[in-house]
Amino acid sequence: MDQQTKPLVSVRNCRQAYHKEASADLVVLDDVDLTLQEGEIVALLGRSGSGKSTLLRIVAGLLKPTSGDVCWRGEPLKGPAPGVAMVFQSFALFPWLTVQENVELGLEALGVKKDDREERSEEAIDLIGLGGYDGAYPKELSGGMRQRVGLARALVVHPDLLLMDEPFSALDVLTAETLRTDLIDLWMDGKLPVKSILIVTHNIEEAVLMADRILVFSSNPGRVAHELKVPFAHPRNRFDPAFREMVDDIYGIMTRRKVPEIHTAAAAPNPFAHPLHPIGTNLMAGLLETLSSEPYGGRADLPALAAALQFEVDELLPLGETLSMLGFALLEEGDLQITATGRRFAEAETEDRKEIFAAALRAHVPLITEIRSVIDQRSNHRAAAMRFRDQLEDHMSPEYAEETLRTVIAWGRYAEIFEYDEEAQQFGLEEEDEEEHEA
Amino acid sequence: MTNYTPPALAGQRLPNRFDGAAMLLVMGLLIALVEVGRGTIATPIAQIQNTPIHLDPSWLPYYALRSTARMFLALFFSLLFTFSYATLAAKSRRAGMVLIPILDILQSVPILGFLTFTTVFFLHLFPGQVMGAELASVFVIFTSQAWNMAFSFYQSLTTLPADLQEASRSFRLSPWQRFWKLDVPFAMPGLVWNTMLSMSGGWFFVVASEAVTVGNTQFTLPGIGSYVAVALAQKNLHAVIYAILAMLVVILLYDQLIFRPLVAWSGKFRFETTAAISGPEPWMLKLLRRTALFRAIGEAISEIFGTVFRLRLSLRQPGQVDETSEPSRLVDGVWFVLIAAMAIYAGWQIVEYVSATLHWHDLFTALLMGLYTAIRVTVLMIIAAAIWVPVGVWIGLRPKATRIAQPIAQFLAAFPANLLFPPVVLAIVYFHVSPDIWLTPLMLIGTQWYLLFNVIAGAAAFPGDMKEAVANFHIHGFLWWRKVMIPGILPYFITGALTASGGAWNASIVAEVASWGNANLAAHGLGAYIAGATAAGDTPRVVLGVVVMSCFVMFFNRILWRPLYAYATRRTTLG
Repeated sequence: MDQQTKPLVSVRNCRQAYHKEASADLVVLDDVDLTLQEGEIVALLGRSGSGKSTLLRIVAGLLKPTSGDVCWRGEPLKGPAPGVAMVFQSFALFPWLTVQENVELGLEALGVKKDDREERSEEAIDLIGLGGYDGAYPKELSGGMRQRVGLARALVVHPDLLLMDEPFSALDVLTAETLRTDLIDLWMDGKLPVKSILIVTHNIEEAVLMADRILVFSSNPGRVAHELKVPFAHPRNRFDPAFREMVDDIYGIMTRRKVPEIHTAAAAPNPFAHPLHPIGTNLMAGLLETLSSEPYGGRADLPALAAALQFEVDELLPLGETLSMLGFALLEEGDLQITATGRRFAEAETEDRKEIFAAALRAHVPLITEIRSVIDQRSNHRAAAMRFRDQLEDHMSPEYAEETLRTVIAWGRYAEIFEYDEEAQQFGLEEEDEEEHEA
Repeated sequence: MTNYTPPALAGQRLPNRFDGAAMLLVMGLLIALVEVGRGTIATPIAQIQNTPIHLDPSWLPYYALRSTARMFLALFFSLLFTFSYATLAAKSRRAGMVLIPILDILQSVPILGFLTFTTVFFLHLFPGQVMGAELASVFVIFTSQAWNMAFSFYQSLTTLPADLQEASRSFRLSPWQRFWKLDVPFAMPGLVWNTMLSMSGGWFFVVASEAVTVGNTQFTLPGIGSYVAVALAQKNLHAVIYAILAMLVVILLYDQLIFRPLVAWSGKFRFETTAAISGPEPWMLKLLRRTALFRAIGEAISEIFGTVFRLRLSLRQPGQVDETSEPSRLVDGVWFVLIAAMAIYAGWQIVEYVSATLHWHDLFTALLMGLYTAIRVTVLMIIAAAIWVPVGVWIGLRPKATRIAQPIAQFLAAFPANLLFPPVVLAIVYFHVSPDIWLTPLMLIGTQWYLLFNVIAGAAAFPGDMKEAVANFHIHGFLWWRKVMIPGILPYFITGALTASGGAWNASIVAEVASWGNANLAAHGLGAYIAGATAAGDTPRVVLGVVVMSCFVMFFNRILWRPLYAYATRRTTLG
């Protein structure tokens, strides 16, 4: 390695896992390496739950990894380093402080004197285009202006490394674009008082637009699946064919099927092992209808579909995966292809749709079948949700377990496979079903 | 109008083993307090310089000032307590396990029952000095204010937004800086609101704690409460009326000069992303904000505070959070054993203390008396609900009426109800009617307003589109109440009902017994039981009465109000 350029940050063999009582540890990040040099913008790209935000927090010194080494300028990192500043997805502005007071926050913590503080905050506020808003409170500002405050607050401490956690995902498309362009312009002109930027995003185009290097994360556990260099010069053109091709390639990487892990023996699939995406039945029906009609005619390119429907990749991929799990569509190499069952569902009336959906659930979601069979075995045809939640939690985090249970309840209700009583937190059967049973 | 969940309702905390330990610890502490106090009752107390109380109304402004000063001193101590106790409970998992159940139980202890002993305790600390009596009075007011403020602050600390916590860590604020930049501002709206409720409740205790009789010695601290006590003893009805008028003026000033500006100002700290449409700025706040002189003073003060709050006061650099490490089981184990040992010791002390003088039938008597008071409170609440729900809904649905009535209801809630007792007592003596029935309404005189202003707030917050939908479907009469309005205001109603009934229990200690000159009236009930035991210096029965009352209050909170509130918020809110 080059001797004269010491990396800003180096992360080696980083692993983050949460201890579980019942079964194996819940691994969020596994065997991750990352090196950041001065003068580069690096994007961490991945779906939610891929651990990219966790990695960002580890680099920020906020979180201690379970194992692995994190070095800041060659020294082991022990806490939030002075040369690192962060921009948050939710802006994280203090609503009771004015724009100027928010920007001065980091300087106050450093113990900078009042005159100096005012001068530097003024400078950062002007640089980021907030001049005139000094005395305003965050709640008086639009989302775009708020994130500018977040940026100014980070830049005012003149950090060597700027960390950005999905900084533009809470903004509308046009506002986000303006902020991105402004930031890149400042970066290219050398006006940003930072040496390097690490940005977390789930937006493929954003990554290709801004970064010099992209690390694509895979989920469960979070690993760096791919590393790509972006060869284009700034300012980049979204409609350049090479740019489009790179976006398409990354879509392909992100939808590529994981090689299924080899299970011991040919045991029956565990109904509690797989989390479900919380996708509503209306959304599924809507996408199937869109897919089966013109201009798609049954097959769609994901980037194009995402653009047409104004979906983020983070929203579209779980939807596509759920359809493919239920056998309504196939997901391959960045394309979504409707199946015969999917087409039948799209063309059916309400009652028929429910039947098709119920059949798909019975065939492909063992959890639904398991719940129904437990209800059927009980003499009173009732079963507490608690036991299923506990079993799910043996295999996934409590949040995922809750989400999966909610999803199963919504799907089962739609397909009229069972009923759910929220007050009692119990599954049950519809009255007619119950009578059938008695007979 | 803002509506905050009262501490007794909030939290999904299920009763656990720490509640039992906390109960024992609190009771043990109270008995220790009583023991120290009783030990000194026997010994002759050095003469306290009793300033004579003048019934001449020209003295009233001075007395009012003295009472108010006590109130604010107590408030200062309550804030200190809040900032330290709640912070410790929120930041340390192990401390929180014990501190929060203790706070929960302290909330339901009727501190009025201990008035005599706390007074003696403080007199013992400062023998022969007025200081002791003053501090005793301040302490009683403190105990009426501190618990719900601490609870509110604790709740805010446990619901701090994660991104703001991360931001303060990543910008490396020291704990001291973070406390003033994040913790306190975030808790401000709830804290201000609870402080105001505490202050309102506090006037009651100011009046009750100024004139206390211990054995043969009577203290009268200069103040409105003493003024009324002397007036009652001298059967001077005019003086009683003067005192009521003076109190009205004090409350009005406090309402206009402090309450309203402070609540409006705390709106700035509300954690929301959109600018809310705020009501008209109170005139006092306008004066403070727009007048050059006041502005200059305000800026100078905030400059000084700002400098103090900016100090780091910490040598340690912030470290990383280690989410994957488990808390040490060994330390946990030692901690549990320690708590258990203390609880067992307290339990042993309680048994020893109580078994020396009390028998099982005493417990039975206390429970029976508690039942009487419980029946009183229940009947009163039903009557109050039957009156105030329709009135409150009528007002709340009319914005104009709300603007007029809401401040009046809040104002009345602050008025110390015990000043209104004498006229009622006089009427009972005059007409020779049963005190068992006619003393009862006194318990709710002061606290019924909480019911009213919460119902008004609930009706006023009823969504406009729902009102239109209801009109569109021609829903009227009984159906309207059953399906629309009652579910619509239920969480607000329960909030008000809990505050009102809790206050009624506490008030029973002064409301079930009353006197006018030599005529003493007493109703059957736990309040009268405690008051009687206190007057007789029968400390074990005071303790028994207080414990039984705490249990009744907690029982009602846990069995009735908390599940009801959880149900109401779950079922009557969308999402």
